Amino acid sequence: MERSEILETVRKLAVETLEVDGDAVVETAVFADDLDADSLDLVELVMALEEAFDISVPEEELEDIETVGQVIDLVQAKLG
Amino acid sequence: MTLLEGKRLLITGVLTDKSIAFAVARTALEEGAHVVLTGAGRGLSLTQKVAQRLPEAPDVLEMDVNASDHIAAVAQDLRARWGEVDGVLHAIGFAPAECLGGDFLAADWESVAVALQTSAYSLAAIARGLGPVLADGASIVSLDFDARVAWPSYDWMGVAKAALESITRYCARELGPRGIRVNALAAGPLRTMAAKSIPGFERFEDAWSERAPLGWDITDPAPVAKMACVLLSDWSQAVTGELLHVDGGYHAMGA
Repeated sequence: MERSEILETVRKLAVETLEVDGDAVVETAVFADDLDADSLDLVELVMALEEAFDISVPEEELEDIETVGQVIDLVQAKLG
Repeated sequence: MTLLEGKRLLITGVLTDKSIAFAVARTALEEGAHVVLTGAGRGLSLTQKVAQRLPEAPDVLEMDVNASDHIAAVAQDLRARWGEVDGVLHAIGFAPAECLGGDFLAADWESVAVALQTSAYSLAAIARGLGPVLADGASIVSLDFDARVAWPSYDWMGVAKAALESITRYCARELGPRGIRVNALAAGPLRTMAAKSIPGFERFEDAWSERAPLGWDITDPAPVAKMACVLLSDWSQAVTGELLHVDGGYHAMGA
């Protein structure tokens, strides 16, 4: 799947779960600083992504995630 | 006949699929129970999402244990839904950041009060608020972390757990005449969302599997879930006011 397609889905779900402005959800956005999201928010977002892409992301894999771009990397790796 | 056939259970504290309460809910459903979950505050939407991953996707009610009107509303819902409730899992803990992490004497009373109210007093608040809908012979189980000793980093959460253990005993005294049992289950450390928010938690994670004669898997809440289900079942009908360790035997060893 194209990176831009994944970003679109991440943006849609981030707007829903984090209640942020869609324009703020760019690859370089840092969850903690730019999207005001903490670890709970990130778990919720990833849960939504798991459902949207039919993938499974163990919580351990979230530990080093800081940016939207890293989430896209993660989803892309899962989709193979 | 399964262990919890037809039992009507209220389970708090399901935040993610790693939560101990999630494992308890799943095991209880597999053992034939009817389950309703509660969630609170920012965690509520997470609870609603993760509920979909349980068999039968239980309903989720909002219950902030520090709001007596929330508890009253849950009692009313359960009365309308089931008439009576056979069991409650108390899996609730919260402490402001300054209450954890190794600077024990730095926490002020305002922070400590929040930790004690949410993590310990809430058991009494639930026992009072849900008392009228509890069936005779019902069971309340609280999730504990052995508070007889002081741990690194755990700090005021440890103090709150000591209070929780004591409140467990007093609730057992109070509700015993109705045949209602109240027990605390002291689990070994598990890698949950709650554990991750404790700085330095890994310091006793490592010690655990070495000392526990049965060993200990910090990623597997199933042994805790099974014992919680036993305590919620009629098989523990004469057990109350008890602090039960499900920790691989760690608590019984000197070194």
